[in-house]
Amino acid sequence: MEPLLSVRNLSVTFDIRRPGSWPWTPPRKLHAVSEVSFDIQPGECLGIVGESGSGKSTIARAIVGTLPSSGGNIFFEGHDLANMDTRERRVHRRDVQMIFQDPLAALNPRMTVGEIIAEPLITHEPGTSRKDVKKRVGELMERVGLLPNLINRYPHEFSGGQCQRIGIARALILKPKLLICDEPVSALDVSVQAQVINLLMELRRDMNLSMIFIAHDLSVVKHISDRTLVLYLGRVMETAESHKLTTLPEHPYSQALIASVPIPDPVLERARVRPILEGELPSPLAPPSGCVFRTRCPKAQASCAQARPMLEDIGGNHLVACPFHEAEHVLAVGE
Amino acid sequence: MPLLEIEDLMVTFTTADGDVHAVNGLTFNIDKGETLAIVGESGSGKSQTAFAAMGLLAKNGRATGVARFDGKDLLSMSQREFNKIRSKDMAMIFQDPMTSLNPYLRVSEQMAEVLMLHKGVSKSQAVTEAVHMLDAVRIPDARARVTMYPHEFSGGMRQRIMIAMSLLCQPRLLIADEPTTALDVTVQAQIMQLLGDIRQDFGTAVILITHDLGVVAGFCDRTLVMYGGQIMEEGTTDDIFANPSHPYTSGLLKAVPRLDVDEGELITIAGEPPDMSNLPPGCPFSPRCAVQLDHCSAQRPPLEMTGDRRRSCHLPVQEVA
Repeated sequence: MEPLLSVRNLSVTFDIRRPGSWPWTPPRKLHAVSEVSFDIQPGECLGIVGESGSGKSTIARAIVGTLPSSGGNIFFEGHDLANMDTRERRVHRRDVQMIFQDPLAALNPRMTVGEIIAEPLITHEPGTSRKDVKKRVGELMERVGLLPNLINRYPHEFSGGQCQRIGIARALILKPKLLICDEPVSALDVSVQAQVINLLMELRRDMNLSMIFIAHDLSVVKHISDRTLVLYLGRVMETAESHKLTTLPEHPYSQALIASVPIPDPVLERARVRPILEGELPSPLAPPSGCVFRTRCPKAQASCAQARPMLEDIGGNHLVACPFHEAEHVLAVGE
Repeated sequence: MPLLEIEDLMVTFTTADGDVHAVNGLTFNIDKGETLAIVGESGSGKSQTAFAAMGLLAKNGRATGVARFDGKDLLSMSQREFNKIRSKDMAMIFQDPMTSLNPYLRVSEQMAEVLMLHKGVSKSQAVTEAVHMLDAVRIPDARARVTMYPHEFSGGMRQRIMIAMSLLCQPRLLIADEPTTALDVTVQAQIMQLLGDIRQDFGTAVILITHDLGVVAGFCDRTLVMYGGQIMEEGTTDDIFANPSHPYTSGLLKAVPRLDVDEGELITIAGEPPDMSNLPPGCPFSPRCAVQLDHCSAQRPPLEMTGDRRRSCHLPVQEVA
């Protein structure tokens, strides 16, 4: 089957100018994402996890087309994003939609809920009659769990969870093929998070959506996605089926990440052996040579500084970028 | 005598839209060296409880009831008196370390100030002690970095500075208000381990205010669950997690996806967090409660005590799943 989205060796760099430097001084390059590759099959959900600064959102923005890539290719249904003409790009923008972390900030405060949800429809299908627009907006509001009689309210009258539902409705009104969720639940209260997670999973099933689910919370990502990709400093460390990744991670970074996630069970928590990762993310302006994780890696050896480890397929669609990888039970999994 | 005693605490804010009751009759104690978690969502009044105890309420806020630290009444204290015990006997760390450090002052200045004020030591001596404390919270190369400004540190390092600063006078009580919410998980693990070590080394009592049940599970002896400014239940952490006796607690535990369990669909709590200016007269959780009885929304359930467990719910314990 042809993948819906195919990302090949994607790199995104930003030019950083030192304040006060001469205009002709070449800017420093910040490599936010380097040589990231992955595929998304129709109907699949890919989770992307990583700490802040690992390049999660940059990947999302490159796929949507709001950030230019500085290397590599993004193919959507076989078309290269870089060589699309205006017409193709318009279609691409319909088919790929996004929801954001801060639900209130993502909505225009001067527009009513109805106007916000209808805007993409009016932009992309200008011929739709007002009656039809209203009908489709009403249907969708009901679908995402908002009362249709709230259509003339403004975003500030809604709670965070409801605002996120409005954002979801806006993203889905054009029936996209790919939905990119950038930290959609991390700003929400615990009791509301579950509602939004369930809604997203339901919509995905009913509308046969493909999804990219970006979050720093590994428990949420594991719950919602089929496959998970672990990023560190803009590079892919490991990709595997989500269950496999959380139960038997191979890469030392994935193992450390999983070991750091607290589990709401006091008995298990006390019994956990927890190798805590020392130090912090190195500066992306001066990433370590070779493997970027080596400065914090418990298994680092001299050779790690020389060559950057390639992503190696160890079978079962499980890719690891570490020559010393070794499966390890970091968690005892029940039920 | 408990270290901190809170009895029937009420916190009310006067706003243009009428009074907002953030905390409604809260009672709890914490003993020396103990760790207590206050768990709740936004608007549950968990932070305002801490602010009231520290004398940090906003100008339009009023606290009534009893709050005693080491026998001393806190609510009647003037800001001058508060200044004598804040940071010396009880200290607080906040969620966002950037906004709670002074961006204009070097770390050395901010830290030395605390010691000069409370212990009356000279500045050079104070800076030396500050460096020791930064070493204790494992900031590498503390001697050189103490003269840097807060913005030159990463988020995790800033939180370490906050912790170091709060421990300078070895307070007997540390209130940590969402100390790791703004941090990445690997850094969160480092900070929680640090807080655990400090608690052992200094025997500091810690109140951990958080919404993250996972963090509570690994750290606290006792857990108090709040909703709508009231206690839903309280007990030892093991007991609360193993046998939640309140529909809110049990709902909360089921609504969080766990890394070690492959759950199917999450069981959600319906509805939205409460509007604090318009609470029902009865149980604040009743509008969202799946197992509520007829009189739940009209009658506030009393806080019952059985053994070391307290709960506030009309439904018999056996019927809470």
